[in-house]
Amino acid sequence: MASYSMNQLKGGLKILLDGDPHNIVDLDFVKPGKGQAFVRVKAKDLLDGRVQEVTFKSSDSVEGADVHETEMQYLYNDGEHWHFMDPESFEQHAVGESAVGDAAKWIKEQDTVAVTLWNGRPISVDPPNHVVLTIVETDPGVRGDTSSGGSKPATLETGAVVKVPLFIAEGELIKVDTRTGEYISRAKE
Amino acid sequence: MASRSRSSRPCRPAWRPAASPEALRLRAELLATTRRFFAERGVLEVETPTLAGAAATDPHLASLAARCGDRLLYLQTSPEYAMKRLLAAGSGPIYQLGRAFRDGESGRRHNPEFTLLEWYRPGFDHHRLMDEVEELLGATLGLAQRPAGRLPAERLSYREAFRRHAGIDPLTDPLERLAAAALELAGPSESGGRASLPDLGDDRDAWLDLLMVFAVQERLGRGRATLLYDYPASQAALARVRRDEDGTRVAERFEVFVEGVELANGFHELTDAVEQRRRFEHDLEIRRARGLPEVPLDERLLAALEEGMPACAGVALGVDRLVMLAAGAESIDQVMAFPVDRV
Repeated sequence: MASYSMNQLKGGLKILLDGDPHNIVDLDFVKPGKGQAFVRVKAKDLLDGRVQEVTFKSSDSVEGADVHETEMQYLYNDGEHWHFMDPESFEQHAVGESAVGDAAKWIKEQDTVAVTLWNGRPISVDPPNHVVLTIVETDPGVRGDTSSGGSKPATLETGAVVKVPLFIAEGELIKVDTRTGEYISRAKE
Repeated sequence: MASRSRSSRPCRPAWRPAASPEALRLRAELLATTRRFFAERGVLEVETPTLAGAAATDPHLASLAARCGDRLLYLQTSPEYAMKRLLAAGSGPIYQLGRAFRDGESGRRHNPEFTLLEWYRPGFDHHRLMDEVEELLGATLGLAQRPAGRLPAERLSYREAFRRHAGIDPLTDPLERLAAAALELAGPSESGGRASLPDLGDDRDAWLDLLMVFAVQERLGRGRATLLYDYPASQAALARVRRDEDGTRVAERFEVFVEGVELANGFHELTDAVEQRRRFEHDLEIRRARGLPEVPLDERLLAALEEGMPACAGVALGVDRLVMLAAGAESIDQVMAFPVDRV
């Protein structure tokens, strides 16, 4: 992987820090009136999500990280790993729990998701922002109460639990925002 | 299946100016006020080339080169050398509002091309020139009703500022103490996350620079201007060096800070041609050791100094930053019509 000089850095670039892939969140060039210039980089560790601040001399360089995102189809879960397939190469990847993270709550077989690969190895999975899922369990709604804003928990086919309005019934399809875990609307097939 | 959307900042089309019409008007007012300020004081406006045969030797400055016919010329990092040749030729007090260029300098307070106000006062020392800088800030920032233009300025020696804001003596404390203070003070700015600093080895000035930009500077010029004077002799650049009351060598150099922004740098100017040549050559040695581009020495400046430049003080002030402060802008882009990513 290429190494970058400080003036090639920009937000969104993937770099290696302490051996881990990081995404540059923010950076600034700072310099006293005369003398040594520095670049302060704020970067998020793509493995553990922690943000760190690293200060470089403006003459330093930093190693790039071979990180890219690709769309894959979710195939199945074997109890230990989630299996995804690259729809172009048909190459399959088994992804462990730590990399799948919260996405596990929202994805079902055949869904297309974004998988982030580092040196060809999956390190994170992002579900679509909106998913449509079936409610497998929820208490019966209260008749007539369709606008009061009351809500109740509902379990979805993926196992996630979301709050839904009282009028929503078991077996219905709903649209959920995976970033907030919130119900958006009823949905059709 | 919904497509993935990433929230992104609303982005103006790249052909449009980055600065608002109000910021551009404020810039014009500040330029007009500055010209009036110097006209009233009998300081002559001059224009010197931005394209010149020699470049700044300072290892921390990178000059942009341009081919002109069969000559390789350099876009000036400041008009200092040319203005000193005018002084040696008997110009008397002079000022210039012009463009300067520094390769690789791009950030919240930097753009590779920027506007410098530089002026020279024969017969002044750095303290007397600091008085005039304060008056200019009053005329410009005071005009814009920013608090820094209204309160009396604070004057601190470099040494006192570090004692007060970093708890160290920048002139006499051992290197380990500077490094320890840097780790303690220049760590994470917010977030409280992990932070790491570069290893600056035994480069004492680099440790001081790190402390300056990440710990000391942001505490300077709060609600008024702070003028910092008497820098370490190792950071003299083109300033005279003398011994202070304790016998420590200090450079007769000053900087001006407003709201944590470094606004100007001035010198009680070195006039000794032999010492000037020695400093240039020392810079070139550092350039060679670090594998930086070698640049031609300004022999015409040295010839002018040999002929005799009057004792004087000079200062360069970043006009874009002055506009930033007057406008209350967070970033230099907000006060430039077309910053470098829009050219």
